[in-house]
Amino acid sequence: MPNEARAGAAPEPTPAIAATGLTIGHRLADGAASPVLRGLDLSVARGEFLAILGPSGCGKSTLLRVIADLLPPLEGEIAVLGRTPSEARRRRNVGFVFQDATLLPWRTVRQNVELPLQVGRGSVERRVAQTSSGDWLDLVGLSAYAERYPSQLSGGQRQRVAIARALQSEPDILLMDEPFGALDEITRERLNDELLAVWRRTRATIIFVTHSIMEAVYLGQRVLVLAADPGRVQALVDITRLKDVEGRCRREASDVVEMAAHLRTLLQEGAAAR
Amino acid sequence: MKRAGLGAAEAIGLPAAGALSLLLAWQFVVPAAGVPAYILPTPLSVLQHLVGDWRFLLSNALPTWVEAALGFLLGNGGAVLLASAFTFSRRLQSAYFPVILLFNTIPVLALAPIIILIFGLGLLPKVIIAALICFFPTLVNTVRGLSLVSASELDLMHVLSASWWETFWHLRVPRSIPLLFASLRIAATTSVIGAVVGEWIGSNQGLGAVIIQATFNYQAERLFGAVIIAALSGLAFFGVVTFAERALLKRNLGVA
Repeated sequence: MPNEARAGAAPEPTPAIAATGLTIGHRLADGAASPVLRGLDLSVARGEFLAILGPSGCGKSTLLRVIADLLPPLEGEIAVLGRTPSEARRRRNVGFVFQDATLLPWRTVRQNVELPLQVGRGSVERRVAQTSSGDWLDLVGLSAYAERYPSQLSGGQRQRVAIARALQSEPDILLMDEPFGALDEITRERLNDELLAVWRRTRATIIFVTHSIMEAVYLGQRVLVLAADPGRVQALVDITRLKDVEGRCRREASDVVEMAAHLRTLLQEGAAAR
Repeated sequence: MKRAGLGAAEAIGLPAAGALSLLLAWQFVVPAAGVPAYILPTPLSVLQHLVGDWRFLLSNALPTWVEAALGFLLGNGGAVLLASAFTFSRRLQSAYFPVILLFNTIPVLALAPIIILIFGLGLLPKVIIAALICFFPTLVNTVRGLSLVSASELDLMHVLSASWWETFWHLRVPRSIPLLFASLRIAATTSVIGAVVGEWIGSNQGLGAVIIQATFNYQAERLFGAVIIAALSGLAFFGVVTFAERALLKRNLGVA
């Protein structure tokens, strides 16, 4: 495939995400703009794990929607792998894991994971299916559940299926919108570990939205802290130094706990400033 | 006190005993009360007539079955196609759905003479009446079923660059299947009603025609026989649809 070869041969440093002066929000029925986050400048490197932390209404989910071409930006520039969000979507560069797993209940786990292979036949320019659904299920530890239905799974298992489905189209960028928000603490921590393993294996860029400080510290290489009313960037904190070569850290390590406290202060300052 | 819930023997036996007791009461109380047989025949004489007159009844049931079946296919097929078109175009739905719902308030009994007037006395007007009676419930249910999708499901399809058709086929259609079959089960019995009503007005064959003629000729046993056959036909259609639903669910969805 010429496309694949070209992408592989060119190690040009196009960032995964490049946003300049980006204002995002909704357009009201009368055409007036209702921005939630103004003037965002952000560059996310390929293969980076960026956690976005912030209160409700700061525009963190809206940002994911703009990257995924679910919402047009109001102002400014956004490039996804150097392309427009729409082009990136049609090249299946971007995978999305929603807050609720959004599995189709009449499909088995395997059939749900294979959905990306069955849709987008007319419009997707880059089709990859080198990895079978079984391998993705293996990666998220659900091979034994391939023939089950979503109603027979726990909440954590459903989110694993949703991750496997997003990986099935082999995206360069994985957008995750509070995927573990509804899970209990223990399940969430286990899934965080599994997600880091997936990240190492796939080398995908992951942008992970959460309102859990610990989750942001544990997962991210950088943490983008947003404030609400009006939505704005409070801080962008590089925490790579807390992590080992595999991107892991111990939750109870003193520097990790300190970082969590620091992020909490930033969040509180953001809330107090309004 | 007895605990709630019945054993299997009782669950089948009690309704059967109930039905039997009513039939027995009919068999013995009605003649004893002096009601003449040409007004209300006894169950046994109706059964006797059914056995003796089966050739006549069957030859009249056949056209009714054909009309009901064709009406079922036409009405439900049309309803599913229109519901799909409404799903494709919100504008089309806004323009025509209210008009069609308004049209639905006209009783089929009142509509039947008009249809006979337009389409004459052949097979077609009966098929159309049977189709109309199936059409509305299926249209309303299918439009509703096809729209039962969540915002995040539509987001998922958009992220995967699914076309309108792919979203329709992989998301909307499977979601609407239970509601579609709910209305198909209703249509199975109402299509027979539609065919019979059509035959009342302009026909010399079919169960509806037999019902009218037998009424005017005081052939009470024949009348009851025709009514029973009509009821059993509806039941049989219902059974066929239920069977088709089970088969489809088993094959495509794995769960019933």
